[in-house]
Amino acid sequence: MLPFDFEYYRPETLNEAVELFQFLDQQGKQPMFFSGGTELITLGRINLAYTEAVIDIKDISECKMMQVSGDQVILGSTLSLTKIEEANLFPLLTKTASEVADHTARGKITLGGNICARIFYREAVLPFLLADSKVLLIGPNGKKIVPINEIFQGQLGLEKGEFLVQIATENRFIRAPFFSVKRRQQWDTGYPLITIAALKVNQQIRVGISGLCPFPFRSKEIEAALNNIGQSAEARVAGAIAVLPQPILDDVEGSAEYRLFVLRNLFFDLLVAFDRVQV
Amino acid sequence: MKTYMGTLNVNGESRLVTVRSADTLLYALRGKLGLTGSKPGCLNGDCGACTVIVDGWPMKSCLMLAVEAVGKKVTTIEGLLETPIQQAFIENFAFQCGYCTPGFIMNCHSLIEHHPDADDPTIKEWLESNICRCTSYIEIEQAVKSVLKKK
Repeated sequence: MLPFDFEYYRPETLNEAVELFQFLDQQGKQPMFFSGGTELITLGRINLAYTEAVIDIKDISECKMMQVSGDQVILGSTLSLTKIEEANLFPLLTKTASEVADHTARGKITLGGNICARIFYREAVLPFLLADSKVLLIGPNGKKIVPINEIFQGQLGLEKGEFLVQIATENRFIRAPFFSVKRRQQWDTGYPLITIAALKVNQQIRVGISGLCPFPFRSKEIEAALNNIGQSAEARVAGAIAVLPQPILDDVEGSAEYRLFVLRNLFFDLLVAFDRVQV
Repeated sequence: MKTYMGTLNVNGESRLVTVRSADTLLYALRGKLGLTGSKPGCLNGDCGACTVIVDGWPMKSCLMLAVEAVGKKVTTIEGLLETPIQQAFIENFAFQCGYCTPGFIMNCHSLIEHHPDADDPTIKEWLESNICRCTSYIEIEQAVKSVLKKK
């Protein structure tokens, strides 16, 4: 039940969606692309989101594609997290996405919706940051294929009128050994204190973190510290802690001190898990 | 105020509704179709009291716009008639005030349909989507397992 009215459109093609946005934007209707829509519905209800025109992109065939094509896996942005889990084409993504919200909600929350959301956590992006995936965007300037690590700095750098269509990931990352843990303050559903996702590729650890800062990230500095094979585990973890991005979240979900405590221990768990793996 | 007229397929019937685009499926079911079995709890997708089944999968109807449900098959608690899980809830005393119960039953029913051999982690994963403030969930677990055992 949202306390404002909006027009609702369900375009069938990518171009229709892009053109609709331009048209509605020119009319001053502050249009919004709508995938799972859980953000608009929950934030709109408490007046933290507003639009006068919703463009529901779920029916567009490119957006709901799920395909193994050659040496890569392509996932559409409007696929629900449940659909992605069930297909299990990318095990690290399955594990990470399966911890978001709760099971029923994951039938509505979509891949693109989670990645492009305003919420701090956006855990579904982590596996793609680690796998050097490529994103397909479309907007007023046409289609773009961009490596995700070039366009995701805390958030997906979308231009106005642009939206995420698909993400492509190479098989060699899909098959890599992985580690994914979500530590919460309590219970087994809900927001993370820390979610850590990691891949081991060519003997090197790649790590992404959600819940530490008000944005999910992958950090080359942290990876360099953790991959310092000559050093002890304690030294490697200390090196990683020393190069954490800022700010560190400090709120009712968990203090900064507690999040750091949890992260330190997760780094140790990660090193132990991957030391057992010969790749 | 712009309204939309659309046909919803609810409990096997085609129902024509007039809704604002901003109306949730929960609101349309309760306010326009008189199907008050699905309950407003948190209205935020956390409690599960609004759970229905859409195209065979459990759905929190407070997280869906009514217009999104056009073209989909919706089942509410009113559409479940003498299912094993409903009988099991009675036999196992799996409710007290009953407010969370329709939502739980929809989710349990869907779980059993999808996973007739569900193990404990699967049951826990699915049912964590619903909150009960009266019971301690033990009776609900027993109700679900009694139906799974009979399958």
